[in-house]
Parts: sequence; C-alpha cells; structure tokens
Amino acid sequence: MPKKTPYRNKIELLQGTLDLLILQTLQWGPQHGYGISQAIRINSGEVLQVDTGSLYPALHRLERQEAITSEWKISENNQQVKVYRLTASGKKQLASERSRWEQLSAAIARALNPQSEESEA
Amino acid sequence: MRFRLRSPRRSHEEELDTELRTHLEMAVRERVERGERPEEAEAAARREFGNVVLVKEVTREMWGWMWLEHLLQDIRYGWRFLRRGPGFTFVAVLTLALGIGASTAIFSAVNPILFESLPYPHAERVMMIWDFGPEGARLHTTFGNYRELLERSRSFEAMAVMRPWQPTMTGPAERLEGQRVSASYFRVLGVVPALGRDFDPSEDEVNGPKVAIIGEGLWRRRFGGDGAILGQQIRLDDNPYTVIGVMPAAFEDLLAPSAQVWTPLQYDKSLPPQGREWGHHLRMVGRLRQGVEIEQARQELNTIARIPVMEFSRPPHASLANGLMIRSLQDDMTSGVRPALLAVLGAVLLVLLIACVNVTNLLLARGAQRRGEFAMRAALGATRARLVRQLLTESLLLGVIGGVLGMIVAAFGVSALLALSPPGLPRVGAISVDATVFAFAFAITTLVGLLVGLIPALHISRTDLQTGLKQSSRSTAGGHQLTRRTLVVAEVALALVLLVSAGLLLRSMQRLFAIDPGFETQHLLTMQVQTSGKRFDAATTHRFFAQSLENVRQIPGVSAAALTSQLPLSGELEDGYGVHFESSPTGNPEADQGALRYAVSPGYFETMGIPLRRGRLLNTYDTADAPLVVLISESLAKSKFLDQDPIGQRLQIGPSNGPLYTIVGVVGNVKQTSLVLSQSDAVYIPTQQWHLFADKALWLVVRARVDAASLAPAVRQAIWSVDKDQPVVRVATMDDLLAASAAERRFALTLFEAFGLVALMLAATGIYGVLSGSVTERTREIGVRLALGATRSQILALVFRQGMRMTALGVLVGLVGAVLSSQALTRLLYGVSRLDPIAYLGVSALLVCVSLIACWVPAWRAARVDPSITLRSE
Repeated sequence: MPKKTPYRNKIELLQGTLDLLILQTLQWGPQHGYGISQAIRINSGEVLQVDTGSLYPALHRLERQEAITSEWKISENNQQVKVYRLTASGKKQLASERSRWEQLSAAIARALNPQSEESEA
Repeated sequence: MRFRLRSPRRSHEEELDTELRTHLEMAVRERVERGERPEEAEAAARREFGNVVLVKEVTREMWGWMWLEHLLQDIRYGWRFLRRGPGFTFVAVLTLALGIGASTAIFSAVNPILFESLPYPHAERVMMIWDFGPEGARLHTTFGNYRELLERSRSFEAMAVMRPWQPTMTGPAERLEGQRVSASYFRVLGVVPALGRDFDPSEDEVNGPKVAIIGEGLWRRRFGGDGAILGQQIRLDDNPYTVIGVMPAAFEDLLAPSAQVWTPLQYDKSLPPQGREWGHHLRMVGRLRQGVEIEQARQELNTIARIPVMEFSRPPHASLANGLMIRSLQDDMTSGVRPALLAVLGAVLLVLLIACVNVTNLLLARGAQRRGEFAMRAALGATRARLVRQLLTESLLLGVIGGVLGMIVAAFGVSALLALSPPGLPRVGAISVDATVFAFAFAITTLVGLLVGLIPALHISRTDLQTGLKQSSRSTAGGHQLTRRTLVVAEVALALVLLVSAGLLLRSMQRLFAIDPGFETQHLLTMQVQTSGKRFDAATTHRFFAQSLENVRQIPGVSAAALTSQLPLSGELEDGYGVHFESSPTGNPEADQGALRYAVSPGYFETMGIPLRRGRLLNTYDTADAPLVVLISESLAKSKFLDQDPIGQRLQIGPSNGPLYTIVGVVGNVKQTSLVLSQSDAVYIPTQQWHLFADKALWLVVRARVDAASLAPAVRQAIWSVDKDQPVVRVATMDDLLAASAAERRFALTLFEAFGLVALMLAATGIYGVLSGSVTERTREIGVRLALGATRSQILALVFRQGMRMTALGVLVGLVGAVLSSQALTRLLYGVSRLDPIAYLGVSALLVCVSLIACWVPAWRAARVDPSITLRSE
C-alpha cells in the first residue's frame, strides 16, 4: 500500500488539524474558501484565525487527494466563486481523523493531568 | 448560487486568481456591511489576507507536487506489475512493438509521398498540364500547344516544357540523366541555382548558346565541388557546353529524379509544321499565379483549347479537341501509387488495431487475477479514479516500452520497405525516420497505451470491488469473459478483412500473370545499347549495331538475338506515330489513330517468339535500298481492313508527306505498355528503312538456351568488343521487366500477405488465450459435469463449440467488413471482382482451420480434467 506522502509526516499536527477543521466544516454543506475560514473562526468562538496561506494550500491538497471536490458557481453578488464539497472518501477521512484527534487530545489531556486520572481511579 | 460555470479551457492559474480575488472581495464586503469605511475595509482585509503572491505560491506547490507524486507512484506500481508477469509482459510488448513498428515504417514511407508537401516553395501551385487523347488517355504535349498556352493563358506565373535527355559526358565517359527544359523551368519550380545563375530566356532559342546547369551531386563527384566550374566547358555527346550554374544540394527534381544536368530545350518558335515542335513528347509544368485556383485554371485552359484563334493554327493531331488536363504535381506524381499506398496504410492500421485488441485481452486476463489486489486497495481508501489512473498508467507504460522497441522495428521495416518498393515509387530518397515520423510514432504509442488500458480500466471501475474482495478471484469472471470473447470476435473479424484483401490481391496477381503477353517471356535477356557522339552518322550507327548483333549471336548459349527501337513491357514506350492507310475500308485519314512504331532488325519476331499470322517476316534483303516494307499487328489489321487481306496495302507513318510502306505481313498482338492495357496497335519496319532519323539507341533482345541473366556479362563484352565507349544500360531479363510492370500490385500483395499472416496469428492466440482461460475458470464445472456422467468427447465438444461460436461470429462480421473495405482495393484488382467468392470462401475456411487448431489444446486440457482431484481441491 502507498506510503504516506512525506510532507504529511513533516508537519503532521498543524496540517492534520487544519484538514480536520476544513472537512468538519464542509460536513454541513458546500462552501467557498472565505466561508470556510469564517465558519472556523465563528465556530471556534473567534479563537482560531485561519491563515489564507495555510487554508488554500490545504484546500487544493485535499482536492488533489480527492477528499473534497470543487465547482464554480455564481454567488448572489454575481461573483464567480469556487465551492468545495466533501466526497465519499473525504467523509471517511473525516471520520478517521476525527477519531485520531479525539485519541490524541485525550492522550494529551491525560499526559498533562496525570494526578487527576490517578485520583479518579 | 445558480449554475455551474466551469470552462475547461480556463487554466488552473486563472482559477486560483479568481478564487483569491473573490475571497478578498467577500471579506471587504462583509466589513463594509458591518459599517467600516470602504478604504479601511479594503486595507484591513488585505492585511488579514496576507501576502497574495506568497499564498498563490504555496497553493501552487500543492498541484505539481501531488501530480508528480501520484504519477511516480503509478509508474512504480506499473513497473512492478510488468515485472511480476514476465511472460505476459514479453508477449504484450512484442505484439505492441510489431504493431507500432509496422505502422511507423509504413507511415514513414507514405508520408513524403502522400501527405508532406513537395520540397518547393508554394508547391501546391505547381501544376502538370497534359493533352487529352481521343479516348481520354493522357498525352504528352507539343511545343506548338505550349507556345499558344504561354501567350493566351493568364492563370500562370510561369510555364515550362521539358523532355528527358541522357547525354554521355566524356573524360571519363559517363552516361548522365538529364533534361532539356524551357528557360523558365527552375522558376516554375521556384528554385534558383546555389552557384552561378539560372537560364536566360535568350538562351532558349533554336541554335542558341550551349549552356548547362549541373546538379550538386555531379559537381561534387566530378569537379570536386570547385566553384571554378562556372564558365568552364564540359563535353556532352561530343558538344562543348558552358556550365553556368550548380543547383543546391537539397534540390530534388521530382520531374526527373536522377537528373544531374539541365540544358535549354531550344525548339524553333516559328513552329515548322513537320518539325519536332509538333511531336507529342513534352511534359508541361506551370506555376499558378497567387490567388488563382486550380479550377479557374482548368476552365481557362479548356476555353483556350475549345476556341482556337487565327494566329495559333493547330495541326489535326494537336487540335486540343479533347481539352487539356491539369492537376497538381503532387497528384500527378502519386496517382499511380496512391491506391496501393493507401491500401497498405489501411492494412497496417488494421494490424495495429488487432495488436491492441490482443493486448487488451491479455490485460483483461491479468486483470482477472488482480481483482483481489484492487478490491483490497479500494477497501484501504484508494478512489475509483485513482485505480483507473493506475491501470491506464500501466498500459501506457506497456505502450511506451512497445513504442521504443517499435522504433527499432520501424528502422528495420523502412529498409525492408525500400528494398520492396515498386520502381514507380516517387521520392524514395525522402523516405526516412524523421521528426514527423517520431511524432507519429509517439502519438500512436500514446493512443495505443490508452486504448489497450481503457477497457480493463472501465471494467475495474464498473464491477463492485467489495465482491472482489469477498469472493475468490476466479468465480466472478463472467462479465470479463464476455468482454474478452467480444474482443476475440473483433480480432477474428479484423483478421478476416485483411486476409480477404490479401486473397483478392493474390487472385489478381494470378490473373495478371496468366495473361498472354503475345511473346515468349522466358529465357529472354534485354538491354539498351546506345550510341553517342558526332562520329555516329546513320551509316556508322548501323554498322556498329550490325557488328554488335553479329558478335552477340556467336556467344555460346545464345539461340537468337535481334534489335528493336522499343521494347514491350520495358515501361518506356513512347514512340507513337499517326498511321495513315492509303485506302482502308474503315477510315478517313483524319480519324486514323496512332500506333507504336518499332524499328527492328530481321529476326526480331523469331527471337521474341511473336507469331506470324499472314504474309512474311522481315529478312536480310529488306535493306535501306530495298522497297519499303512494314508489318502490322493483328489488331491494327482487324480494325483497318476488317476481313480483307491487308497484304500489299500501303501506309504512311508520321507526317503526311512521308513515304509509303507496303504491308508484307501481319503478326500477333503484343502487350506493349503493360499486361493490363489491351492497346496493341503496332507497326514494324526494318531499322534501315526508317525515313525520319537513325535510331541512336536500340534494345537488344537475346533468346538464351540457358539462364538468361547469366549471359549478361558475355553479351556486354561482345558489344564492347566493337566499341568500348558505348553505354549498355537497363540490363534485365524479360521476367524481371514483367515483375516490375506489376510491381505496385506485388508490393501491396507482399505487405498484405505479411500483415494477414500476423493478423491470423494474433487472432489464433486470442482464441487460444480466451479458451484456455475459460477452461481454467470452469475446471470445477467441468469436473462436476464429468462426475455427473458427461463423456470426455462431450467436454471436448463443449470447448470446441465455444471456440467455434466466436470464430463463426467473427467470420460473419469480418465478411461484412471485407465487403465494405474491398471498395478501397478496386483500383489494385485485376480480373477478379472485389466480391470474388473464391477469395472470401477460401479465407474463411483458412480462418476456421486455424481456429480449430487454436481450440485443440484447451479442449484437450478440458477433456483431461480429473473430476476426483478437481472436486476435492475446492
């Protein structure tokens, strides 16, 4: 089976996280780049600001990986906008990244807070 | 958001620009809606967005990177896949290499002739103009008609006439090919000498200066490529000619491919009525003015032909009453070989198609074995598109390897083709594996790679990969077996089309060689003996030929020998004259048609084996001083005298002021220009009695008791013992000439036979492959059948039935295809209908026999199945 492409290993956490957020956002329906960044910002309670220099490479990479597809539409303001949509394999990826993230965050939580876990036991 | 708007032509780059611009615009609008001032909103949005160029750059990196990554991965997989099945890879690559190689070789031969434009500037404007004979035959033009067209036509920028010329250049003596041309000849072609100057119109006058332009090859070979040649004199036929120019190395004289020297025609512009100026022996070429279409020129020429004017009177035989023919030089050159070449090109593409079908079939068989692998990959997250791409990469890889080997095959193929090529093939020198050919090979390699991968790829993507994983690979084979069988049917059908074509050509060839040429062709050696130089006047020429003939007759092994001014089937019969009978029941003299004139030595008919029908043959008493006598062909006797006896009647040959010859005999008809054409009117006169000129070049025919070719050196020596300076050329046996006269058909036939054989083999392996695959897959079923009481012969019949059903279907489809495609062959056929039942039935029978053989091994294997073992193994 194919090895993981090298860059994923290099900046695993950062990219993995952004990918997860993008996929999660698109789960609610097709959206354009600006919409995705706004959604992430609002849903995170204005904490996460997505850098465009990370957002667009991630979108294009996910598209290449066929996790998402895109098409051109005309917006209400008569603009041409590129709208991204989750694919079947993107949904699978979302599920697996999500569970990976949950494991990771749980593990980090445990690692940061060993006493509390012991006391509970 | 309303509708899709994605133009496929928009580049990724433009899309990215638009995408980022929209992002900014949206951000700005939102800020404005929140109440910010537009300028501030703009600045803030930009700040938030960051460096646009940098964003683009990092985004762009995503494209190339992933694309390359996937491609390399696919190629790695493909390579591993090919290495895993060396047998499969070997057969597939070999099949593709042969298909691509053969197509490339044929294309490289056909390209310069049919598709490439000729090597002249605006070559599409260079036209050949011919006179039309009484029955639509193409005639050479006369100088008189040329002069008239030159004055009256407005369609042409320049026009020229030319005739072949073979002077002997002295010191050391060498026979050159050359042309006598109008001064405007090179201007018509659009080429100027590389060195020196072109002809001046003042040099093309009767008795004008003796000047010559020579070819680059001759210049390098004989004059060391020295520029000092300009202004020097060379001796041609004992006359001094001043060299005024040297043509460029790249110059190809397509009207006389081996010409190395050109001199002005120098015909008499006052057009004396009995002179050569009114002989039909010139070819005319013209360059259309810019913007003039060929159709306009045709209309203009025909208007001129139809409406004579006072100042240009025309003799009856050059009245242009049948109009003029105009066609492009390219069409003119290729019309003879075009049908053969197109047919061969079509045939090789069929072979390529069959090769593709075969490899597709092999890939499908392999695909069946890999079903599990693909199902696994799909389960692990590979998308369908990714798998299809993987398969296409594999087949492209096969195609590329096949293509590279194919280029080697093509290189050999081209040299084989050149060896095979008919003598009439134009521009043989331009045939090579060049950039265009490479581009062609590359294009078909890519196409083939995609084509052979397409069906297997679609197959993989159509079938449900989940089932592939659950079940063992071979039980899901039903669908692809159907596809494979369909492909085999297609293969058989294509092979049949090719074989029927080959069969029709073969039958034509048999018919052609069954034609009686009217003389004995075996054991006949022929050659042309030429005399040149001032010392040969009529008497010395005659003495030289008589002495040579005498010497040749003394050679052991020679049973007879004779001389003639023209040789049937030599491909160079142009010496036709009007023949006017003093009194003939059928004819007014104006309507008298021409006949070919043969000036022959006594013994010609005996040597050739042409039978005497009436009267007597020529003998040694028919000398210059004796009464003028002539023999005529049976066909001429029949058309002019019906049932009357022509012996004793008199006729004139050529101009109407000529002497009268008395008919003393009638001889059998002879096929003159080719086996196919029935035109056979001929007049035979003794060499010494010809009144217009002494023939300077005669053909020597030698009847041999032994192998004719082996006598050639002795015969040449016998002639040179009389005068060692006289050229002896075009030495060939009559059998060679006969073969050459059918060369185009032979060329097409040989290639069709080869291609047909390859197609037959590929079809047979296709049948074999599918059947043995099917037997392997059905082993269990066969075991069950046997266990339930089926006999071995029933199993045998089962497999044979399966194989024969494919063959029968393929033959049926192929027959329809053959009927349709045989239309393309009609111009190559002779004496057989394109629906000749023998060819169709014979070929079908052959295919059935071969497929029976191909069925045998799998059927035998099926009958060997041991039910106890098979059933236990499951």
